[in-house]
Amino acid sequence: MLQDTTTSRMKPAIALEGISKSFPGVHALSEVSLSLYPGSVTALIGENGAGKSTLVKILTGIYQPDGGTIRVDGEEAHFPTASAAARAGVTAIHQETVLFDELSVAENIFLGHAPRTRLGLIDWARMNADARKLLERVGASLDPAIRLRDLGIASKHLVAIARALSIDARVVIMDEPTAALSYKEIHELYELIDRLKADGKAILFISHKFDEIFRIADRYTVFRDGRMVGEGLIAGTTQDDLVRMMVGRDVGQVFPKQEVEIGKPVLTVSGYRHPTEFEDINFELRRGEILGFYGLVGAGRSEFMQSLIGITRPSAGAVRLDDRVLVIRSPAEAIEAGIVYVPEERGRQGAIIGMPIFQNVTLPSLARTSRSGFLRMAEEFRLAREYTSRLDLRAASLDQDVGTLSGGNQQKVVIAKWLATRPKVIILDEPTKGIDIGSKAAVHAFMSELAAQGLSVIMVSSEIPEIMGMSDRVVVMREGRIVGRFERAELSAEKLVRAAAGISETAP
Amino acid sequence: MAEAHPHIRHIPDRLQSRSSRLLKSWESLLVVVALLIFVANSLASPYFLDPWNLSDATFNFTEKAMIAFAMALVVISGEIDLSVASIVALTSTAMGYAATQGFETPALVAVGLAVGLGCGAINGLLVTRLGLPSIVVTIGTMSLFRGIAFIILGDQAFTDYPASFSWFGQGYVWWVFSFEFCLFLGFALVYAVILHMTNFGRAVYAIGNNQTAALFSGVRVGRVKFTLFLLTGLMSAIASICLTSRLGSTRPSIALGWELEVVTMVVLGGVSILGGSGTIGGVVLAAFIMGMVTFGFGLLNVPGIVMSIFIGLLLISVIALPILYARLKRRVAH
Repeated sequence: MLQDTTTSRMKPAIALEGISKSFPGVHALSEVSLSLYPGSVTALIGENGAGKSTLVKILTGIYQPDGGTIRVDGEEAHFPTASAAARAGVTAIHQETVLFDELSVAENIFLGHAPRTRLGLIDWARMNADARKLLERVGASLDPAIRLRDLGIASKHLVAIARALSIDARVVIMDEPTAALSYKEIHELYELIDRLKADGKAILFISHKFDEIFRIADRYTVFRDGRMVGEGLIAGTTQDDLVRMMVGRDVGQVFPKQEVEIGKPVLTVSGYRHPTEFEDINFELRRGEILGFYGLVGAGRSEFMQSLIGITRPSAGAVRLDDRVLVIRSPAEAIEAGIVYVPEERGRQGAIIGMPIFQNVTLPSLARTSRSGFLRMAEEFRLAREYTSRLDLRAASLDQDVGTLSGGNQQKVVIAKWLATRPKVIILDEPTKGIDIGSKAAVHAFMSELAAQGLSVIMVSSEIPEIMGMSDRVVVMREGRIVGRFERAELSAEKLVRAAAGISETAP
Repeated sequence: MAEAHPHIRHIPDRLQSRSSRLLKSWESLLVVVALLIFVANSLASPYFLDPWNLSDATFNFTEKAMIAFAMALVVISGEIDLSVASIVALTSTAMGYAATQGFETPALVAVGLAVGLGCGAINGLLVTRLGLPSIVVTIGTMSLFRGIAFIILGDQAFTDYPASFSWFGQGYVWWVFSFEFCLFLGFALVYAVILHMTNFGRAVYAIGNNQTAALFSGVRVGRVKFTLFLLTGLMSAIASICLTSRLGSTRPSIALGWELEVVTMVVLGGVSILGGSGTIGGVVLAAFIMGMVTFGFGLLNVPGIVMSIFIGLLLISVIALPILYARLKRRVAH
């Protein structure tokens, strides 16, 4: 390891020591430590779900840690509210920056601490002049009076950074700041970060992109499953080391994957594209197969799946199911054809939480449980019982509102709902996101059973263990394109991460 | 697979019986309120309990209630139709104009129904095709439809309807039971069946609870909503036929302000203004309550403006009370 000359003598601007945070059923963070030094950029690296966002929320006072201490300049500090964190000089610039579209640039910069006249009114002249100075410091020649909604995403980032400077932030957190930026804008952002460094700001830089990390960061900290698994100087590490730290763990043993004979192709997708979300998607899905779709958040996987079931229209492309060409214009048509999609956002797209379990389960199958348009409750209860019991649902009665169930049991209701339509192809989008370990195992076991019964399963997941444990084949998507295909035998976590992050192109 | 789980947990269909749930419902409260008002009215005026007086009183609410049934479905689906009173006016104007052209009663009814359905289709298309919020669309068409009626009528009135046309608003089926009252009961039954016993009714609830999830679950959201606006148009036309027949004339101010009374009836009936819940039974009870209150005020010679004040206060309180109640419960829980 290189001698850490720049920071060893320096005191951290902010230091987290032994921070833990758990949510019902999940240890989001266990005893992690992180130090940010003035004039230095620290990259925070980890898979989705490794605990990065939780850490940011603790740093900015949105979550309270269950244990551990935060020190600002060596003094113990508490951030009971977001404004307390802001007063301590911590500010965050998110992927979707939290600013106000309808306010002017200057108002956004000075919201909450605007300069006042003697009468206590806002001193507009001074505010605009100060805003202009701050914008110049970040290299943006914007009119402070312009409304924020008229700016592009890159300019909004600059406004957010100007705001950070206006409250004299000492710690700047950038959570995937380049996700929505163009190549040129990214380079301007790099220059700005260099300037912030020169000003002595301590910067936490969260990114999935390794080229960025090696370009901009001085130090790194790697999180895995809510633990800190490595830290050091970027100069003393390699991409391979970082990838190994991110994924280094045993996978595969805990997954109830059954050996299933894979049959002939059921679903064939060719030349699927959309003007903004995805391009040139081609793949085959076979009978009895679990096909994993891996990628980073925002890789276009959900958007593609939703267009398969008719939520959005593709601009080109063909879908064949059992050698029949399909045109699907609505989810109702997809269900009729035998393709169902279990959405990622359970509360918004999946479950109707204000309605009873049995009505949720039968909603897409009403044509079957009813007679000439009239409901038959007895049939509904029968169908609901059949499918919820297969998933081992825990509920007091089938008449109970879905909103009163735990997240895992809600997910079981949602999956039961889709299975009750007797599909040929089932697409599960992040099927175990945010549910407890017991329910996860039930969902995994069930997925295996479905494949064994001859169903074809597509599983969209951002969790590497799940992808590796459950899939027969894996397709990796990045920025709306398929960038890798792997058979189960050749799967490795490193390959998946490399393909998803674009470290080295793996030709399909 | 059942055999994969050796201990199958048996989950009962229902824990609460339907009757015990009914006992605790908003509808039971409405029954109590209706009885209290009935008793108060009969104590307040010796004329109240006369069967013919009671029969006359039903005209206070039957036409509005018919619109309220369709409105209840629209509100449960999370939308609203504020143009209903203007559809009544435009429909009545169209029928009046057709009558001056020598149309007979069946043709007049057909014209009325067609205009009502046409207005409903315009609302439905604007909401489902252009994706505009229904409150904005129907405030717009509220002015539009009545505006057209004003242009056609000016300061005139259509009064020369054929004699047979008067039966819809003035005819009696049996003894004190008017045609309108029987139609009201019939539609109550039809809408209760549609909402509570059909796939369509289930789709309405699903959309009102979570439109996105309903769409993902294969509910044809656009088609259902379009149908709902057609239904409010149709029911407004039927109400207009009854009202025009009863009054025997059409003026541009006909049914002015009814949209508020219809919405009040729906909300008083326990339909959540946020969508997703409510019953036709509740709306029927609310119709009786509002009709009896109007009638009671009439017997006591209370001026009409007081009635408007009452409707306004009622609307605010039935929307506010459940919210205040929930807030209070939360405070107690803390």
